[in-house]
Amino acid sequence: MNLSTEVIEKADKKKILRVAGEVDAYTAPELKANLNPLTEEEGVEVIVDLTDVSYIDSTGLGIFIGALKSAENHGATLRLTGLNERVKRLFTITGLDEVITIDDENTEEAK
Amino acid sequence: MERQSDYLEMTLPAKPQYVGIARLTVSGLANRLGFSYDDIEDIKIAVAEACTNVVNHAYEETGNMNLSCNVFEDRVEMVVADTGQSFVLEELDQNLGPVDSKKPIDELKEGGLGLFLIDTLMDKVEISGENGVAISMTKFLQRDEVENNVDGVSTETNAQEQK
Repeated sequence: MNLSTEVIEKADKKKILRVAGEVDAYTAPELKANLNPLTEEEGVEVIVDLTDVSYIDSTGLGIFIGALKSAENHGATLRLTGLNERVKRLFTITGLDEVITIDDENTEEAK
Repeated sequence: MERQSDYLEMTLPAKPQYVGIARLTVSGLANRLGFSYDDIEDIKIAVAEACTNVVNHAYEETGNMNLSCNVFEDRVEMVVADTGQSFVLEELDQNLGPVDSKKPIDELKEGGLGLFLIDTLMDKVEISGENGVAISMTKFLQRDEVENNVDGVSTETNAQEQK
């Protein structure tokens, strides 16, 4: 029931947030605190790597909606990558996959 | 009418760090009962969503949440209940649905998907509220001889999934 995050700056305008663990009501605030500041810079491409995320629920989904809004407002972009089938399924059920850009497979940058 | 085999119950503080404890408990129970991997994950999410609702909405200050599980031969029935203010109940039914991708991003809500998920992932869902809110969630064991078609809040969605 823990979460860890790590920010990797690939280039001037590209930032990768690697998330590992479980995103729920307890850990979501930490994700939010680490993710939102990345989206507040104009022109930046934020990639969230969820390869090592084993569990997510609506609280976590809400964090990504918030981050997407923040990115929009600041002229940044948000993209999710590395989702396992279960995590991806939640985005599909809730229709969030229509709103948030989600990679089908890991991108080279995030590896 | 039918034999009820087992009952278990736990009371937890309505705090975020205990949602995971409820999740682990039902995960262990569902695993023991022989639910599939996907069903176990569905049960974990549904119970966590119900507990998260309690944590976020039930109490102005502190309170408890109660998780009880009735184990039947063909299903498990889990109830998450609180003794807080049941004001949420009136707002509940209105916004059950997925995200509308046609809406401007600014208008998307960051909450409110929890009940929709419970409704989608469980076979039968009942919400009641007198002294607090109680959400009852039933998941059937997927066996060939088991009749799965029960009237629930979400028959349409789940009927598709069960085929």
